Amino acid sequence: MSGVHVTTTINGDAVEFVCNADEPLLDVLRNRLGMTGAKEGCGTGDCGACSVTVNGRLVCSCLVLGAEVQGAKVGTIEGMAKGDQLHPLQKNFIAHAALQCGICTPGFLIAAKALLDKNPDPSEEEIRFGLAGNLCRCTGYDKIVRAVQATAKEMRGA
Amino acid sequence: MRYEAPETLKSAVTLLAKEKGLAFVLAGGTDLLVKMKGGFLEPDLVVDIKRIKGVFDITKSATGFRIGAAVPGVALGENAALVKAWPGVVEGANLIGSKQVQGRCTMVGNLCNGSPAADGVPALIAGNAKVVISGPKGKRTIPVEQVPVSPGRISLKKGEIIEAILLPKRPANSSDAYLRFIPRTEMDIAVVSAAVNLTLDGKGTVKDARVVLGAVAPTIIVVPAAAKALIGSKLDAAALEKLAAACSAACKPIDDKRGTIEFRTKVAGVLARRAAEIAYKRAGGK
Ligand SMILES: Cc1cc2nc3c(=O)[nH]c(=O)nc-3n(C[C@H](O)[C@H](O)[C@H](O)COP(=O)(O)OP(=O)(O)OC[C@H]3O[C@@H](n4cnc5c(N)ncnc54)[C@H](O)[C@@H]3O)c2cc1C
Ligand code: FES
Ligand code: FES
Repeated sequence: MSGVHVTTTINGDAVEFVCNADEPLLDVLRNRLGMTGAKEGCGTGDCGACSVTVNGRLVCSCLVLGAEVQGAKVGTIEGMAKGDQLHPLQKNFIAHAALQCGICTPGFLIAAKALLDKNPDPSEEEIRFGLAGNLCRCTGYDKIVRAVQATAKEMRGA
Repeated sequence: MRYEAPETLKSAVTLLAKEKGLAFVLAGGTDLLVKMKGGFLEPDLVVDIKRIKGVFDITKSATGFRIGAAVPGVALGENAALVKAWPGVVEGANLIGSKQVQGRCTMVGNLCNGSPAADGVPALIAGNAKVVISGPKGKRTIPVEQVPVSPGRISLKKGEIIEAILLPKRPANSSDAYLRFIPRTEMDIAVVSAAVNLTLDGKGTVKDARVVLGAVAPTIIVVPAAAKALIGSKLDAAALEKLAAACSAACKPIDDKRGTIEFRTKVAGVLARRAAEIAYKRAGGK
């Protein structure tokens, strides 16, 4: 299989890689670039653990080809904290115990950030619908919803 | 597999037409990549159409809307003029998958996947939408309902690409609605679905109607008898009763654990009726 050479921007940094034509972006991130924040839960778009943004749109990186992000702007969980400074969502996930095993957490954080960027004051229903593409086997979701609500409140106040 | 992302429609058509092996268009990839991963498809060539000029555009003109083939679901919902004119089309497309899937999925991909349960398609058919097809022999424009042939099969020929969807101009007092039944509240495949597109006269009497059902036959179906039941009425109980009966009569559903034949047949009538009521209200009827 011939390699595809891709030049892209990830979390603001210029990145180059060579991948197989049928290789998902998720595999590129994890196996070629060492960015293991995005997780593979299902590989078929159902669980959201692999969530990233491409040109500002929330997507499942398991259902994007690495070759497709040529010239694009990719955002991953690795870009969420600014150095040691956690994003308010990250802080609130910890404060509200919105994670147990943590495998779903990067995906939830990316999806929750996309939600709040669009809608700074979501209702509980909007949060639950907005995060319906993210599955969590551990928390029962309530604590995740509370963490997002707390963050929304905090960020509106700030 | 080779991956190509040509910048013109012409080169995309040529690539597809010349390929001797298995070739597919890649739009949002939410069907294609799932099938590739599952080992159901092993393409020799994938042609990504997202670098072609205009594929992400939604344009409004005197004749209606033109929606580029790569416009993702989320962008439809962000277009206020489109939502206002075609709320049913947009709500159907926006029911597809999660927010993540919405970031990628296209109506054209939904149509070309050929599923009788495709959420993005019934309202397009109810709205008399057309697709513009580019192929090795030039361009042609056909009604959306002529694209699906049977489950998973469509009428496009080798080398053909749908470049855009055309929705006609909305007459006054006209609107649409789409409803589906699923066992969950989101992220599921329609067990039954219904789209209704209505045009009223100034007094609220239905002048024109189109009723379309999904997931109750091998393809999405238009039900002319159901439309006829509404025309001339103000959506009174008798007309709605007739509509529901016509819809149920048109069903030839499968029987599976998600819905029995009896259930699908009954619910088709119920959903069509509710969709008609929503479309009627949106069209200004009282
Ligand atoms: C988690 C998940 C949930 C889903 N939920 C739903 C749901 O609720 N309802 C629903 O209806 N569907 C659902 N789907 C299926 C899928 O998302 C939709 O069918 C979607 O609209 C497909 O669009 P796409 O752009 O991703 O298509 P792609 O995967 O890119 O393409 C689909 C097919 O169409 C062909 N094609 C695409 N564009 C063109 C073109 N311009 N010209 C010619 N051929 C073309 C491709 O070659 C391929 O065969 C879901 C999928 C996932 C992964
Ligand atoms: S790994 Fe991508 S959605 Fe589950
Ligand atoms: S914390 Fe374990 S899956 Fe969500």
